[in-house]
Amino acid sequence: MWNFPLHPDRASSLALHVDILLYAWLALAGVVTVAVLFLIVWFAVKYRHGSGANRALPPDAALRRRNHRIEAAWIVTPLLLFMVMFGWAAVLYYAHAAAPANATEIYVVGKQWMWKLEHVGGQREIDELHVPVGRPVKLIMTSQDVIHSFFMPVFRIKQDVLPGRYTMLWFTATKPGDYHLFCSQYCGTEHAQMIGHVVVMEPAAFERWLESGNASQSMAQEGAARFRQYGCSGCHGPSASVHAPKLEGLFGRRVQLADGTSTIADERYIHDSVMLPRKDVVAGYEPIMPSFQGQIAEDDLLDIVEYIKSLQDALPLEGK
Amino acid sequence: MSTVAVPLRGSYLEAGFSLWSWLSTVDHKRIAILYALSITAFFFVGGVAATLIRLELVTPAGDLVSAETYNKLFTMHGVIMVWFFLIPSIPSTLGNFLVPLMIGARDLAFPRLNLASWYLYVAGGLFTVGALIAGGVDTGWTFYTPFSTMFSNTHVIAAVIGVFIVGFSSILTGINFIVTIHKMRAPGMTLFRLPLFIWSMYATGIIFVLATPVLAMTLFLITVERLFGVGVFDPALGGDPLLFQHLFWFYSHPAVYVMILPAMGVASEIIPCYSRNNIFAYRSMAFAVLAIAIIGFLVWGHHMFVSGQSIYAGMVFSILSFLVAVPSAIKVFNWTATLYKGSISFDAPMLYALGFVGLFTVGGMTGLFLASLALDVHLHDTYFVIAHFHYIMVGGAVMAFLGAVHFWWPKITGRMYSDRWARFAAIVVFVGFNLTFFPQFLLGYLGMPRRYHEYPPEFQVLNVLSSAGASVLAVGYLLPLCYLLWSLKYGARAGSNPWRATGLEWQTPSPPPVENFVSIPEVTEPPYAYREKDRSDG
Repeated sequence: MWNFPLHPDRASSLALHVDILLYAWLALAGVVTVAVLFLIVWFAVKYRHGSGANRALPPDAALRRRNHRIEAAWIVTPLLLFMVMFGWAAVLYYAHAAAPANATEIYVVGKQWMWKLEHVGGQREIDELHVPVGRPVKLIMTSQDVIHSFFMPVFRIKQDVLPGRYTMLWFTATKPGDYHLFCSQYCGTEHAQMIGHVVVMEPAAFERWLESGNASQSMAQEGAARFRQYGCSGCHGPSASVHAPKLEGLFGRRVQLADGTSTIADERYIHDSVMLPRKDVVAGYEPIMPSFQGQIAEDDLLDIVEYIKSLQDALPLEGK
Repeated sequence: MSTVAVPLRGSYLEAGFSLWSWLSTVDHKRIAILYALSITAFFFVGGVAATLIRLELVTPAGDLVSAETYNKLFTMHGVIMVWFFLIPSIPSTLGNFLVPLMIGARDLAFPRLNLASWYLYVAGGLFTVGALIAGGVDTGWTFYTPFSTMFSNTHVIAAVIGVFIVGFSSILTGINFIVTIHKMRAPGMTLFRLPLFIWSMYATGIIFVLATPVLAMTLFLITVERLFGVGVFDPALGGDPLLFQHLFWFYSHPAVYVMILPAMGVASEIIPCYSRNNIFAYRSMAFAVLAIAIIGFLVWGHHMFVSGQSIYAGMVFSILSFLVAVPSAIKVFNWTATLYKGSISFDAPMLYALGFVGLFTVGGMTGLFLASLALDVHLHDTYFVIAHFHYIMVGGAVMAFLGAVHFWWPKITGRMYSDRWARFAAIVVFVGFNLTFFPQFLLGYLGMPRRYHEYPPEFQVLNVLSSAGASVLAVGYLLPLCYLLWSLKYGARAGSNPWRATGLEWQTPSPPPVENFVSIPEVTEPPYAYREKDRSDG
């Protein structure tokens, strides 16, 4: 316990950029703080009560002019420095806001008090995340109950994980190792136990890990089974007698809604269509779909989402 | 002006000795004393919770208290320190006492409303203490939904009602200050002759009146969702949990300025007095206070950079957070420049004020680290944030509160305390504070999340340092309690103006008579005319 590091490991492509920004801030804040403290101490000694220092001020008009110049200087200088720092941090943030298109997707469900993760190939993990070095990874996250936050200090990133919504986090790991994974948004009694590991592996080792995993079938296959189990196929399947939107080729497409607006059929759209079917009713269909709120767990729903995504390239069987 | 020894007879303290005479008083000075006693009691209750938290964190394992108890402790610490100590601290005690005295009025505009505000504070306090005795609350002082509405099994409603009620006490105080400062200034007391403490009380009053109702609404919505299952914040009921965060921080960020603006006002009174110098750039100091109060309403979203808020909203809130730091920076530079060519002595209030400037600078600068989007993504919800806001709220607001108590103690009580002990305590507080909270910056950067009952072992050294600092800090807080109480009986008589300060409050006897002034003074010069005063005093 006596040797603690001065900075957390840097294990993502972003980490060094964040640290450089931090060091720049330390330098700037250090200079300003030391300058202020130096002036306070210097004046406190030089102008201490009873010292013989010269306390005469210039005549009023000259004093006022000089003071205005000083004031203007220390309004404008901090403002300019602050704008530079704002811009730097904002550009870095913006550049890392959207995941690259080729990122490997991994699904995350937070629940009191564990992390459940699932790879597209169907490998499931609890409180552990295995990722390869050098490949962008995108986490698609939601919560089963309260707000959590997925925090990996060595990657310098975190993102709150919300119930009823998908949030996203991405990174490219750069250094193999076993690192901390924390929940950083207070989520109840066992919040401090909602921790785990991020295991960064060489690509070959990662492939071996994927194959040796516990996956009997991929997420999409799992999702297809759920799709039948929850009765979705009864209406949305090819032989359905009910007038329900077809799901082949749906993902990523723009959907016209009954209220005249339109939306992109992304993960959120599919999630809400299952849980809150009255929210986005597709134009031309009756709002007859029942809500599955409280009946289907978030991780099962993710399998279904992945199944519907897998139908992306299938031709729509009918309609537009 | 020479100091005149005035007999205590006729002072506000002698207007009545029975308990009822205190509980039914409408004298702003006595109400200030009632507030001072109550917030001190709450400060030590909140302090006990902090002590237990720091003791638990000495070891990585959760061995002293259970996870559930730990969560209740940090909730209790936050709720009590924020709403029952920090927010009312300077405004309701020193502000209540000094606003009429500093502007040359005989009382606040609405004396009965002032007493009502104290009763509301007590009622809110009783609800909260009730919630604590009944078994505690485990939501954190931020009451984040849907945890607080649908998942917590603790006494959320009682605590929320307590905070709801105490909010009205803030609103009443705010209305009183705004009206008093507008309508009851002595002849010649123009806006730009107001002491900066009054400007800060005015800005605080505006925040109280505009922000607190939003808190009340938000707490009401929590209650409605929790009791009746009306979906407002819980997505399972069709609500939006981020809506809560927007509403909560719309109040709670300005509330941070309620803690720091009065502290700035205090520093602006103390530093010129012990520098025997006119304050540097009075007008920009006054405008900076107003700018902070106004821009402070527009930065709440910087608490939500990783919440799922849109990245463009994040950028707007980030740039506004940088802008609000400019007037704060100006104030720091102006206080420093006030020392230039002064004649500086280092009585206890001055040590607290200088300590305030230093710690506030560190707190403010680290706030900018957090306003920087890409950096906040890493530092958010870690101990870095804890360290930052304790530098502002404890290093800033509590240091200034103690400085103010020492500066105006002779005026309030008519007695002098031991300056030697007081200077010693100021240094102990400063050292203990830094030892407690500086290691937490490192902990946060290394990745330790806040609100963790147990933690990985590599964080232990820094946690032990922090806990050691907390015990030094505890001594620093207990010392003034001893020597100040001692001074009430054994302290030398203060005289009306022991610090040879400018300002109307020093032109009336200590402690002041019930009516504040024998005759209302007329103001003929700007505030802080220390050079002129010392020249004419010879």
